[in-house]
Amino acid sequence: MTSPRRFPTIALAGALAASTLVACSSGGSDPSDAPASDGPVTITVAVDAGLEQGAKDAFDARVTAFEAEHPNVTVESQEYTWSGTTFAADLAGGTLPDVFTIPFTDGQGLIERRQIADIHDLVGKLPYAGEFNPNIAKAGQSTDGQMWAVPVAAYGQGLHYNRALFEQAGLDPDTPPTTWAEVRSAARQISERTGQAGYAEMTKDNTGGWILTTLAYALGGRAETVSADATTATIDTPQYAQALRMLKDMRWQDDSMGDNFLYDWPTSHADFAAGKIGMFVSGGGDYGNLVTQNAMEPADYGVTVLPLEGSGAAVLGGGTLAAVSAKADPAQQAASVEWIDFYYLGKLTDREAAVADAKTTAEADQPVGAPQLPVFDKATYDEQQGWIEDYVNVPVEQFAPFTSSIFDQPLESEPPVATQELYAALDPVVQAVLTDEDADIAGLLKAAQQDVQSRIDRS
Amino acid sequence: MTTSTQTTSRLAGRTETIPARRLRRRRSLGTWVRGGGLSTLVIALPMLLVFGLFSWFPIARAVVMSFQFTNLVTPPEWVGLENFRTVLTDPLLTTAIGNTLWFAALALVLGYPVPLVAAVLMSEVKRFKGLYAALAYLPVVVPPVVAVLLWKQFYSASASGVFNTVVGWVGLGPYPWLQDPSTAMPSLVLEATWAAAGGTVIIYLAALTGVPSELYDAAEVDGAGIWRKVWHVTLPHLRGILLVTLILQVIGTAQVFLEPYLFTGGGPANSTTTVLLMIYDYAFGGRGQYGEATALSLMLAAVLAVLSALYFRITSRWSH
Repeated sequence: MTSPRRFPTIALAGALAASTLVACSSGGSDPSDAPASDGPVTITVAVDAGLEQGAKDAFDARVTAFEAEHPNVTVESQEYTWSGTTFAADLAGGTLPDVFTIPFTDGQGLIERRQIADIHDLVGKLPYAGEFNPNIAKAGQSTDGQMWAVPVAAYGQGLHYNRALFEQAGLDPDTPPTTWAEVRSAARQISERTGQAGYAEMTKDNTGGWILTTLAYALGGRAETVSADATTATIDTPQYAQALRMLKDMRWQDDSMGDNFLYDWPTSHADFAAGKIGMFVSGGGDYGNLVTQNAMEPADYGVTVLPLEGSGAAVLGGGTLAAVSAKADPAQQAASVEWIDFYYLGKLTDREAAVADAKTTAEADQPVGAPQLPVFDKATYDEQQGWIEDYVNVPVEQFAPFTSSIFDQPLESEPPVATQELYAALDPVVQAVLTDEDADIAGLLKAAQQDVQSRIDRS
Repeated sequence: MTTSTQTTSRLAGRTETIPARRLRRRRSLGTWVRGGGLSTLVIALPMLLVFGLFSWFPIARAVVMSFQFTNLVTPPEWVGLENFRTVLTDPLLTTAIGNTLWFAALALVLGYPVPLVAAVLMSEVKRFKGLYAALAYLPVVVPPVVAVLLWKQFYSASASGVFNTVVGWVGLGPYPWLQDPSTAMPSLVLEATWAAAGGTVIIYLAALTGVPSELYDAAEVDGAGIWRKVWHVTLPHLRGILLVTLILQVIGTAQVFLEPYLFTGGGPANSTTTVLLMIYDYAFGGRGQYGEATALSLMLAAVLAVLSALYFRITSRWSH
């Protein structure tokens, strides 16, 4: 018996919750209406959810330093980690902090719908405003080139591997796989000799589509072709089919993918950190999360670049934008941009800030020096790495397979139109291949192509 | 009606000088106050306000929103029946309806008889009745989300998973549980049954105490065994309660959300995507299709209302 105790009293409840919140949202205000005053301002800023104490202390120390520099600003922190399913609810409910981060894929939609504050005037006053890597900057720009959201980090997808499992399986952790065939054989070996999943794949909350698209890119495919008047889905293509066949073979022929086929981002990272996964594909900059939120032993961590095979093969890249809530008033918007400058970008552009940040972070025993892609140009990045050299406390040599090649790999941004919907439509495709031995890859891709195209047309 | 007319005429006899119309109004207001109308209103007011604000107003807003395109920030646009059209042509809708019916059917077959059998058995035992009732009720006390997350661990598909270890003792398994499109839904129903059975058991136990014991004695004298006593005495007395719990269960299962959301997110391969999960995904799955979400909500509500009405109509004759 299933009593209604466990369900909303009426069918409407789920979607209706949003409607009561309508009144809470507002269209925001234009910062040009009033210049930022020096009166007292309070802003709430995002801090990663689930940080361990050391990381929280490091964050609090940065807040104190900021408040010392900006005596009129009070900074309150709010736990926040972007997630596809909760972000829309937070946005609709007006419960986001004043400063929050979003993935590159969400920038355009939010700007078009004016769901974040237009801060381009404020950003334009920052000394390095014109120096962003143009490819990266466009994720946060409106169609007329004005910057509404500020890129603060960029990543290229990487192949993470557990060095301890590699060793247990008789593989050399210093020479990770460089072709997909090698990935497959390493996965089989790990699975056979350690009993853990040799290779695992995220499949839930749009991550299935994200990683499948990453594999398709690495095999020379793309998810969309965008022309002046139309966007066409390119899902039903040989590259997507090849990526799915690869997964199918690992799952059903080799049985090297473990027994969880419903991984989302947090659970895959937790299981990888716990030594239950030999290899998996995710953002190249995930080291911090693995170590600080999932207690991974740094010595066990390894990362390498994705094997690129076939013409046009590229690494799918993305990044993080810092945005300001549409509800923030002009003074809060100004203070928020100051916080973005101080907390996210200062450490990339200013020696003193970089050193201060690295010092505080290292003193709190948090990782300094994990690989990222340059938000500005490679020279600025190298210079910044030089400033913080003394504080680097991560096993840099274990990142070498990744850092020695990622800057040479062609980086391709995520599919630009209806990105999350495209990923969402592909989740069940990946799940079907991994949970149904007789899944018909051609049929699945054909249906997904139509589904994605209709979602693109609607958006 | 009769009472109020009598009162009015009795009063009218005593106050002839006051014009008739004014008199009637004052009299009726006074009567209303004296009759307890004001205090009733005052007592009901907080409830009316709370219901109005948190229940009726959102329902009205949802009806409006189902005819609009809105992202909840910019002003909404009227789109007529477009949202309903989008939902009805969504290829996932048939799957979601099928899955919801499958869940409801499984819950009915598996979950409906379990509390009844348990309650009848418990009422038969002479000792430790309270203990059994407490044990049966225990899962209801566990917060639903905690229960699901616990069961998610138990359902681990590896041979060392809790359930796979247990079934391994009798030479079965390992089973994929949530990791296979064909076993995912039954696994969800199993947990839902475990979690909710206790509440219904308590209701049945209470109803069973209302069955006159003379009837059992009489049946025994007539030579009836336990099965015939249950069939001819217990069940007929529980019929009303059984009907209520059945309709509650049908409404509850049609809105199943928690289990698929937390266990599988609708997977693998949409095998546990239910109607309510689809509504959630429209609104909060990164798409922001609030209009479509409310349109589907309204359709679900309409179907459930029709179902309930039909059900009560059909069964009203034999429930008394």
